[in-house]
Amino acid sequence: MDVVHNEKIEQGSVIQGLTAGVPIAFGYMPVAITFGLLAGSTGLTAVEAVLMSMLVFAGAAQYMAISMIAVSAGALEIVAATFIVNLRHLLMSASIHERTAPSSKKGRAFFSFFLTDEVFAVSSVADAPVKPGYILGVGVSAYGSWVGFTGIGYFTGELLPAVLQESMGIALYALFIALLVPSIKQAGRSILLLALTAGLSNWLYLQLLDTGWALMAASVTSLLLYELFIGKGEAHAE
Amino acid sequence: MLNEAIFWMIIGMAVVTYIPRMLPLTILSTEGWPEWLRRMLGRVPYAVLGALIFPGILYAMDSLLLSVAGGAAAVVLAWRGAPLLVVVAGTILLLTALQFMIG
Repeated sequence: MDVVHNEKIEQGSVIQGLTAGVPIAFGYMPVAITFGLLAGSTGLTAVEAVLMSMLVFAGAAQYMAISMIAVSAGALEIVAATFIVNLRHLLMSASIHERTAPSSKKGRAFFSFFLTDEVFAVSSVADAPVKPGYILGVGVSAYGSWVGFTGIGYFTGELLPAVLQESMGIALYALFIALLVPSIKQAGRSILLLALTAGLSNWLYLQLLDTGWALMAASVTSLLLYELFIGKGEAHAE
Repeated sequence: MLNEAIFWMIIGMAVVTYIPRMLPLTILSTEGWPEWLRRMLGRVPYAVLGALIFPGILYAMDSLLLSVAGGAAAVVLAWRGAPLLVVVAGTILLLTALQFMIG
């Protein structure tokens, strides 16, 4: 096979991914700005706050870490809590494994670093097989925004108009809805039922469990119920 | 500018975040798995999206009413086929306008 031709395809899918990741970049803006601001008020230096965003790249875990630092929890405790919150990505990593075009282990190991909830969601509603370059592009868009706005938030978070900051809290939810609705339109009521079951069971689990566990338990519960009652006769849901 | 204990904590957080994201993608081989299990894996995105939206969206704004209005706006925009970015930006703009009208 012509190697040059292949690389061109890769490049094209990276650019497509970068574009598809822009709504995430937009949605991360208020979350990262607020993180930077809170990290500063918790006593982290700017270098520490930005480094955490650069190396960890996990919103919920980072928020949890600074709230634990604020009550002077130990480092090991914080690392353990981070592990538990982010275990949910096991499920997403396994799911995207099913939808990715064949690719080298190295390539997979590289783009998996960027696999946040949002990057997973945007990449996996794309038509399978999803190119690794595409996932990488989505991830880099999201990552740039997360790291950049952490720094900006650290120094200027208080300058953002309160009304705008408040309305931007809806951004990620609007993104999730925008990702889900076309699949519901396309695949019909069954996907809507699956999502509703997941949402409702998440709400129930949240009475007992922390966010990461509740999300995972709700996903598994709704998938099982769906498979038992609806999905048996159905073809592979795309 | 960098406390050593904080530095190592960040490294630890990075490692335990990366491992669950990386392991299934690199070592999993689902070829021999039963069809129903692979089908379920393919549906994970929709379940995860449902759980990410609800009940979190209810607390996205200070007022429940505004949160619901934002969610409804996003559904309408997305249903009419607006691109992702337009759905996100449109919802934010609408909520900003609503806040000025109410406040």
